[in-house]
Amino acid sequence: MLTKRIIPCLDVKDGRTVKGTKFVDLRDAGDPVELAARYSDEGADELVFLDISASQETRKTFLSVVERVARAIQIPFTVGGGISTVDDVMRALDAGADKVSLNTAIVLRPDFLLEASTAVGSQSIVAAIDAKWSSNGWGVWIKGGSEETSLDAIAWARETVRLGAGELLVTSMDTDGTKEGYDLELLRTISECTRVPLIASGGAGTKEHVRDAITLGKADAVLAASIFHYQQISLSEIKEYLQKNNIPVRL
Amino acid sequence: MIGILDYGAGNIRSLGNALERLGKQFFVSQDVNELQRADKLILPGVGEARSAIESLDRVGLLQWLTTIRVPFLGICIGMQILFEHSDERDTACLGIVPGRVARFDDTDLKVPHMGWNRVNLKAQSVLFEGIRDGEFFYFVHSFGAPLVPDTIGTTEYGRQFSSAVQHKNFYGVQFHAEKSGNAGLQLLRNFSELC
Repeated sequence: MLTKRIIPCLDVKDGRTVKGTKFVDLRDAGDPVELAARYSDEGADELVFLDISASQETRKTFLSVVERVARAIQIPFTVGGGISTVDDVMRALDAGADKVSLNTAIVLRPDFLLEASTAVGSQSIVAAIDAKWSSNGWGVWIKGGSEETSLDAIAWARETVRLGAGELLVTSMDTDGTKEGYDLELLRTISECTRVPLIASGGAGTKEHVRDAITLGKADAVLAASIFHYQQISLSEIKEYLQKNNIPVRL
Repeated sequence: MIGILDYGAGNIRSLGNALERLGKQFFVSQDVNELQRADKLILPGVGEARSAIESLDRVGLLQWLTTIRVPFLGICIGMQILFEHSDERDTACLGIVPGRVARFDDTDLKVPHMGWNRVNLKAQSVLFEGIRDGEFFYFVHSFGAPLVPDTIGTTEYGRQFSSAVQHKNFYGVQFHAEKSGNAGLQLLRNFSELC
């Protein structure tokens, strides 16, 4: 049986791992390569690295981190942040990443998603969606959550799959960094209307939250950052808990 | 020395990193004359069957592959093209192993089959020496190979499919051994040293 994946996420700025709440207020959380190796040893199923500085100057620093990570671990990892051309996609994969996560650039130019998935295959393309609730439903936000768009998150999720996304990374901006749990309604709605794997993101604070994202949110994988970085809960603790709750995990 | 077949679509970097970690010598090439000197061959693969077959054909490796005598390991698409046919864009494959590779089309399934799943061993093979029955490996694929007499490992995703095959000197694994942690490294070590 296919197991549910637990995916630590490392936000990387200028070669260091950082973590904030609700997309601001960054704190230093260590060397990304060291953290990657530690998570891999502790049983992480996959890793995600987001380049949150993503300026031209820091892009090279980030790619060198990607190369070092690829040599340090033997599990799949995704990179994202500022990827806006097929060349960017190729550079990330050539550096050793298995998948790229695309967000702002595919909202601004949806054809880019089609071009990228055609060039490298859907299996290497993750569509990342930052969603925020309003009276009109869940809206899509871009540029690191700083800019609202007119897109509806549910409709956009379906569209990304049509354009070739092989996986969805859905972050609730309302719950991100709060440690109060994932936005289960958002996750379930998207998971039920798309047929690619869904990674839940934003709000993990306890192992019960992780379980709920899978059972109630119907997520195929769960992503979390701060609960791992500050060693509040270990990966094995979460996985053992999930197994006790009859959720298949790799142990 | 291990020769890695480069047909322009594989994730060669990851495989190279894994072999380096094992201390194995390898080279990457798409030149038949160079590859003929390898004592082992690995065909990594991502993407889809049709483009893999077409790329191999374009660089003149397709026919040659059916004639090789050295141990060969196909990974992911590299395994699928060992079969007779893939339903992915209706593609004729190498036909070293019988059967058709077919899409996961159960409406309840997420496709691709992506993540860690168990490989249940069905026949003795040195490829799995020192690896427990039911070990987890990392999969990413939308098409699954049928169960055939050459099947040495099976995995369940909506149906049972072949996750490892062996026919004479041809070995194939559907999962990404180069991304499957210590078990994957052990499998690559086995191929390097025992096959």
